[in-house]
Amino acid sequence: SAQFQLAVPVAVVFAPGSVPGDLPRPLPFRDVQEMEISVNLRPSITSRYETVYRRTTAQEEAALDVATAREADAALHPLQDALLGSLTMYVVPETSSLLPQGINVYVGKHRSALVRAGGGLAALRTRLQQLTQVMSFTASSISAALSDRVPNGQLGPDARRHLKSSLGYEITFSLLNPDPKSHAVDWDIEDAVNRYVQPVLDKLSLVANFSVDSQILYYAVLGVTPRFDKESSSFLLSAHSLPHVINPVEARLGSSAASLYPVLNFLLYVPERSHSPLYIQDKDGAPVSTNAFHSPRWGGIMVYNVEAPASPQVSLPLHVDVDMVRVMEVFLAQLRLLFGLSREELPPDFLLESPGNEGLADWELDRLLWAHTVENIATVSTTLTSLAQLLDKIGNIVIKDDVASEVYQAVASAQSAMAELAAGHLHLAFQASKEAVTSSERAFFDPSLLHLLYFPDDQKFAIYIPLFLPMAVPILLSLAKIVREARQRKKEPTKMD
Amino acid sequence: VCTSRFWFNYRHVANTLSVYRSVKRLGIPDSHIVLMLADDMACNPRNPKPATVFSHKNMELNVYGDDVEVDYRSYEVTVENFLRVLTGRIPPSTPRSKRLLSDDRSNILIYMTGHGGNGFLKFQDSEEITNVELADAFEQMWQKRRYNELLFIIDTCQGASMYERFYSPNIMALASSQVGEDSLSHQPDLGIGVHLMDRYTFYVLEFLEEIHPASQTNMNDLFQVCPKSLCVSTPGHRTDLFQRDPQNVLITDFFGSVRKVEITTETISLDRDLAVFESKLPKDELATEPLKYAEQLPVAQIIHQKPKQKDWHPPGGFILGLWALIIMVFFKTYGIKHMKHIF
Repeated sequence: SAQFQLAVPVAVVFAPGSVPGDLPRPLPFRDVQEMEISVNLRPSITSRYETVYRRTTAQEEAALDVATAREADAALHPLQDALLGSLTMYVVPETSSLLPQGINVYVGKHRSALVRAGGGLAALRTRLQQLTQVMSFTASSISAALSDRVPNGQLGPDARRHLKSSLGYEITFSLLNPDPKSHAVDWDIEDAVNRYVQPVLDKLSLVANFSVDSQILYYAVLGVTPRFDKESSSFLLSAHSLPHVINPVEARLGSSAASLYPVLNFLLYVPERSHSPLYIQDKDGAPVSTNAFHSPRWGGIMVYNVEAPASPQVSLPLHVDVDMVRVMEVFLAQLRLLFGLSREELPPDFLLESPGNEGLADWELDRLLWAHTVENIATVSTTLTSLAQLLDKIGNIVIKDDVASEVYQAVASAQSAMAELAAGHLHLAFQASKEAVTSSERAFFDPSLLHLLYFPDDQKFAIYIPLFLPMAVPILLSLAKIVREARQRKKEPTKMD
Repeated sequence: VCTSRFWFNYRHVANTLSVYRSVKRLGIPDSHIVLMLADDMACNPRNPKPATVFSHKNMELNVYGDDVEVDYRSYEVTVENFLRVLTGRIPPSTPRSKRLLSDDRSNILIYMTGHGGNGFLKFQDSEEITNVELADAFEQMWQKRRYNELLFIIDTCQGASMYERFYSPNIMALASSQVGEDSLSHQPDLGIGVHLMDRYTFYVLEFLEEIHPASQTNMNDLFQVCPKSLCVSTPGHRTDLFQRDPQNVLITDFFGSVRKVEITTETISLDRDLAVFESKLPKDELATEPLKYAEQLPVAQIIHQKPKQKDWHPPGGFILGLWALIIMVFFKTYGIKHMKHIF
């Protein structure tokens, strides 16, 4: 159990007019800060922030000389080296108009942030620390990744809700139509997936393989009857009845038989005509704006209300064209939440750039990669330790050569992953950790390692003794007789003289 | 898991199917249930009512029904398969429905019934699983975090011996009888000719009939089910390995499926009119040749096989010593000089 060292390469770039007066050394200089992440485990985790302080180059100055922060971010992006896991913080003068009033930090879509100068080096360092908490990892995100090894009481109740790191995920979009006689629902899912979902999955393709499928289910009802609310003349689903909605539906979803990857289900429910419109209430009784809810490690459900037709004599079934953009906005937001990328808990003077159709910013991808890399390495070490304990327990287990080679590869990959983490190469570290996990899982779950197949020594004795003991009795008695005769013969010559 | 076969063990199949029905009623879907049955009751030639399995002598409820999904049937119910399902060491060709794909947030309920003894459970009249093996399998599951909490219920004779050896955390166990006692069956049905159900499971099911998915009944009530007056045997339970207090554990934590749910409050904003652009990553060209059979063999495993030894080697070790001993005794007893008569 070695030490984890997570190295983050950071660059702090000072625009002209923003250099604080109390720098310890003239620019450019390097600085390394190490902090221990106290997770109370045997392998301790330290984070190293290797910071380079320098001035802007002429190109960067030109890029910063634009009207808004968003344009500056877009202009700065091609100038950076964009290494996975790195951060660049541009310090602009206090009076700069790039940042709106009241906002001191702007976090862009890629891996850079604009910070308003002021307050000297100490204030700058605090800002830098806040920024790294947002953009790379925090103690709680790392400890959540290691939740397997932390005893139960120490983590908060929602520490294990994010999806576990896996080599692939399957995403299933389902349209539930319980009332096909009234609503003939059409959704152009293929186009929506190509336009809106695929860019997000392409961005996430570094993390895992994704496969997408979709289905339409008819006559699938929710397990709960919604209440009618006279004031708003609509039907309401209260928050405490939501957990019971999923199960009756899940039996009909048909989780795919083909792959062993975790499945994420996204359901779109079009309520029956007699139960329209249907709104979801949160705990305080207010209707939820998105009309959707999600379950950690499972997926999400959204309720899509069809407007009542203007004239009551319209012919049924009504044709409904689902507005896929609204639906995909919610589903993709749920996908982000399932992976653990949420935008809460920010200091008040931070402004985050929205990532647009890509779904997630580069630094959010980095956050995911940090957490998954650490989780993978921890999983590898627990798996291999447990395999070693199994071998200790059953002395005569036979390890096939291919299992042995998988174990060696897992160890080598895990070591290289830790080395890359300490060097700050997040991309290589993540790839190495994925290989390590694949090899260790293959070694651990090899069908030949079933302990049932290897008899412990006491069972061997129990089988052979009833066979050999009766046979051995006359042999041993004869041996005893031989020894006695030999002794007697030795004594006789002395007698017989 | 029902570990018996043959017609006279009708009650074990009825036990298992009734528990299966309750668990499905409370919300667990088939994709989350692994059902192992010998499945030779419903279509048995001795069944006077074919295609049915009843759990009560008034024949009210046909627990076999229309949508029973048996994952391991007949001769597939072996100790090896059972342990493989638990530990996950399954050959790669096994379909998803036959696997236990649980993770560290899953609560697992294991119900076993059949004939058992002190420290073992008989599987299909040909093999047994011992309590030590079961405890080791659970430890393997814990090491890989294949469960969050595990509830183990066993309805056999001397059932309490099966949970004596557990040592992994977060396991709660219930058994229908203590060591030295037999579990008895509930009632025979004169029409079908066999006993339909075991007492402990019968009263457990009566208890479960009152549970609905939102109920707040806890485990202590389940421990009180089937006192000695009704059951004749003394049910036992074990909670020392469990971290939570049984008072706080809901029945639906194991028998039903109530998920944690969060309201979605965030949305992202999508640009509606963005044109569909070609994916930046080049799609790999698919191989134009069809895959040959040889390419699908597990090459790594074949390469690493040692070649079989073809030449004969003289016996060594234990066998050699045994033969030497026998020959020496033989010669000593009969004398060397007699050997020339033999050769």
